[in-house]
Amino acid sequence: MPDGSVGQAVKRREDRRFLTGKGRYVDDIHRPGELTAVFVRSPHAHATVKSVHIDAAMASPGVIDVFVGADMEQDSIGSLPCGWTVTDRHGEPHKSPPHFPLVRDKARYVGDHIAVVLAETLEQARDGAELVEVDYDELPANVEIVKAVGGPPLHEEAPDNLCYDWVLGDEAAVDEAFAKAHHITKLDLVNNRLIPNPMEPRAAIAEYDGGLDSYTLWSTSQNPHLLRLILSAFVTGIPETKLRIIAPDIGGGFGSKIYCYAEETVCLWASKRVGRPVRWTSDRSESFLADAHGRDHVTHVELAMNETGEFIGLKVATRANMGAYLSSFASSIPTYFYATLLAGQYRTPAIFCNVKAVFTNTAPVDAYRGAGRSEATYPLERIVEVAARELGMDPAEIRRKNFIRPDQFPYNTPVALTYDIGNYEASLDEAMRMINYRGFSGRKAESQARGKLRGIGFSAYIEACGIAPSSVVGSLGAGVGMWETAQVRFNATGTVSVLTGSHAHGQGHETTFSQIVSDTLGVPMENVEIVHGDTGQIPMAMGTYGSRSLAVGGSAIMRACGKIIDKGKKIAAHLLEASVEDIEFKDGNFTVAGTDRSKSMAEVAFTAYVPHNYPEDLEPGLDETAFYDPLNFTYPAGTHICEVEIDPETGVTEILDWVAVDDFGKVINPLIVEGQVHGGVAQGVGQAMLEHGIYDSGSGQLLTGSYMDYCMPRADDLPSFKVGMIETACAHNPLGVKGCGEVGAIAAPPALINAITDALGIMHLEMPATPEKVWRLAQTAAAE
Amino acid sequence: MHDFGYHRPTTLADAAAALESAEDGKLMAGGQTMIPTLKQRLAQPSDIVDLGAVEALTGIREEGGALAIGAMTTHAEVAASDLVKARIPALANLAGGIGDPQVRHRGTIGGSIANNDPAADYPAGCVGLGATIHTGKRQIAADDFFTGLFETALEENEIVTAVSFPLPGQAAYAKFPNPASRYAIVGVMVAQTGDSVRVAVTGAGPCVFRDRAIEAALSSNFSASAVGTSSADESALNSDIHASAEYRKHLIGVMAKRAVAAAGG
Ligand SMILES: Cc1cc2nc3c(=O)[nH]c(=O)nc-3n(C[C@H](O)[C@H](O)[C@H](O)COP(=O)(O)OP(=O)(O)OC[C@H]3O[C@@H](n4cnc5c(N)ncnc54)[C@H](O)[C@@H]3O)c2cc1C
Repeated sequence: MPDGSVGQAVKRREDRRFLTGKGRYVDDIHRPGELTAVFVRSPHAHATVKSVHIDAAMASPGVIDVFVGADMEQDSIGSLPCGWTVTDRHGEPHKSPPHFPLVRDKARYVGDHIAVVLAETLEQARDGAELVEVDYDELPANVEIVKAVGGPPLHEEAPDNLCYDWVLGDEAAVDEAFAKAHHITKLDLVNNRLIPNPMEPRAAIAEYDGGLDSYTLWSTSQNPHLLRLILSAFVTGIPETKLRIIAPDIGGGFGSKIYCYAEETVCLWASKRVGRPVRWTSDRSESFLADAHGRDHVTHVELAMNETGEFIGLKVATRANMGAYLSSFASSIPTYFYATLLAGQYRTPAIFCNVKAVFTNTAPVDAYRGAGRSEATYPLERIVEVAARELGMDPAEIRRKNFIRPDQFPYNTPVALTYDIGNYEASLDEAMRMINYRGFSGRKAESQARGKLRGIGFSAYIEACGIAPSSVVGSLGAGVGMWETAQVRFNATGTVSVLTGSHAHGQGHETTFSQIVSDTLGVPMENVEIVHGDTGQIPMAMGTYGSRSLAVGGSAIMRACGKIIDKGKKIAAHLLEASVEDIEFKDGNFTVAGTDRSKSMAEVAFTAYVPHNYPEDLEPGLDETAFYDPLNFTYPAGTHICEVEIDPETGVTEILDWVAVDDFGKVINPLIVEGQVHGGVAQGVGQAMLEHGIYDSGSGQLLTGSYMDYCMPRADDLPSFKVGMIETACAHNPLGVKGCGEVGAIAAPPALINAITDALGIMHLEMPATPEKVWRLAQTAAAE
Repeated sequence: MHDFGYHRPTTLADAAAALESAEDGKLMAGGQTMIPTLKQRLAQPSDIVDLGAVEALTGIREEGGALAIGAMTTHAEVAASDLVKARIPALANLAGGIGDPQVRHRGTIGGSIANNDPAADYPAGCVGLGATIHTGKRQIAADDFFTGLFETALEENEIVTAVSFPLPGQAAYAKFPNPASRYAIVGVMVAQTGDSVRVAVTGAGPCVFRDRAIEAALSSNFSASAVGTSSADESALNSDIHASAEYRKHLIGVMAKRAVAAAGG
């Protein structure tokens, strides 16, 4: 019987295993005869590697082998590719210099991979690594975006350190708008570098089977099929038929586990070279150094308005840090996932954006929860706020005045997107009601009486997720399609295995997807098993990133369920001696319309596998595969409002209240969705107040390489969130859903900075708003 | 970590002997600093002498107008002790604000002061309250114990056995935690006993120090409004990505004021 669970706050099925310590992560897996790999990493930000002496390490107890870049070159192991080619403003492809898993000529950031030591145990591999002697010639290094162009060159292929100089939008139209503007607001801001820090660090185990000449790689990947494609087609040449990648339980990714990294590539290659399985688990220090980082932009933004405060033009110039090499999707983040979002929720008719991406001697930068869209929402929601202050307008009213209205959908923005549906005023109104906006001045006065500064901040964000229509991303330079796959396989006894290309690493797919299948096919949830993360079991797939699992992966599941129902009708019609057109499927039963004659899903499934009495022209079995390529992005949007109180004596900011009103379209599981909002906002608060990846500008050393110095948000940094929802169903996918995983991290930073600057009575301060920065500004504000 | 010999003596004498006979022996209390140091291969002792089973180093007692706290007493034990809460609530409060619950249940007062991290809380507690550090061979006044960055008056192989805190008239500790590590960016212990006022500052400089200007100001008027500003030499204060010397100096005054207010001044 169906349990009508769609829309219900079903508790996460997977949590039982996670909370009782029975999750099975990559590091929990052991293979007979395995060796442990330890990487020798560059202590220098930029240095020529003159020679690597491995004799002492080779002689160290337990060490089996030591490899350097030349060994991989000998075996024709290629460069780690960037899977998205951005075409610059002159029509030239971006610069994508080689990125070898072990360096061949020089080290380009602290943590770069010089050599790998394989030993019987981790400690022996560490001992060996300490004995590898590397002769470096140190080179001048640069870690700063603003000094990259013209700074010490990292790559021959990009002598000026410029990866691309790219534009989007109509520059002439924007110039025209600015020429006739009544008021222009300008702002310079920095989007601070973040270090992802999933709870589980990256890990890999590679095993080569000499008999079958094939490999198995257990990897902490958000997208094992995509990883296999990259490793097969671009890096190792191992055919996809000979490479199986398993991504079992994964403890968080936030984007950092999308990419093809050096470490798993080295393990994979070395497993054949030494003929034994090779394992590697990152320690936390390595995660800080060598996981792909996020954000790191420097931006100048200008907003032109007419007499009434309507936005007539927006101009954005951004410099984006790519780090030392182009990570798998790095180039697309500050371009197609950034500039395309600059319309936000507004009708701004003319927008122009220029992005210069640069190489620096820092870890590669790629997508991190909110990727691109978070970086776009920040300057936009900040400049709108500053504009309101300059014009003396209410921050809610300036937004309301400029919103795209419900009757204007579908709406074409001047930056290449078509928003399908939305109702921005509804979420603004609900958020204002929930936070009691009218009562704010009273609360501010009350704070003032206690010597505290109170502020309120809005963020009316939009994001584009559920990525993405393959033809669209293809035309923009993506090297892959962005559809998803699903296979719905009934077993003879009526249980269902659902093989999905989406990968869960904290999102709760096992619950959400089961709810969908249970409701659609009318089978109890406990009879539905979700299988993911194994290229050996699941058809070609694209994986999880860009808040796409439900909108794209879930839609593929719906489509496969549809095929199951269609076939089931044929079987039921045969059993019921009726015509297929007369069979109706509802609540798990196939019924002859207008009668009480019916067959259950379980009976039909049994018949499909024991087809003694069966339609002649129909294949046995009840097992359907579907691929779903979305027609458009989905556009979740909403308003977050937060209220803060600052202690001017210390600069400490306390978040007193947080209201999030989001439009995710149809909600399958409100408990999971609310959890995603909480987590996302926590990460956004982290960016705005606490987190900052800092490299020393002189030495290029990472100064925030541990939790002693890199500040993650904790429970006591956060208020109790108030989550509200409005619903405009996505117009173009069968579930009516939009993504929810990233919005918190997108919406939160400007809301918080708007509130803090409001409290201080200033226009801007850079993230993270640390107590010292806030204290200094509070002193100046008090002195004025 | 590198290999080492491991000893778990049950008496102070055996601990001292194990340490003496080792080539390069190190004591281990709760391991909260020691284990990470070993794991990161920053230390390579030949032997580790674990003090965890030495009975004589445990316990909290009141004797002769002071609280004597055994070196192996954990921060959680001090924070939860009814005796400490009754006699020196400022100290229970200080211990309860160290690190996180895991750290508080392993970390010890002996390990903390022997390590003398510039941002640790106990050094301010010891100096502010005018404590005496007891070792296997002698007694050292807290004022003389903390000598510099990660440096103390302890000689090689000298074992801290207990710390005794004279009962103050009024005292309070105020801490401005580092948002990342939660160690002190600035922590100030203020104590008034009779006409003596002690103000000890941790986190701000390379080693705990007494702020004489604030002490003088409070000696004539023990109230928050009298605190004034710190006399610390800004150029000698710590300055890093978390806080400049100027901000730290400012925070000394603020934390001192808050401590005095909490102490009832
Ligand atoms: C995550 C984290 C957060 C922390 N936050 C704080 C904080 O907010 N405030 C704070 O004050 N501290 C903090 N600490 C430090 C912690 O509270 C411990 O006090 C400190 O790490 C010492 O730990 P331990 O007692 O386990 O000693 P160990 O690590 O075992 O030893 C430390 C040193 O002391 C020596 N030693 C130990 N016992 C004796 C003895 N009896 N006699 C002589 N020498 C001895 C050892 O040889 C070693 O050199 C933090 C630590 C961690 C890991």
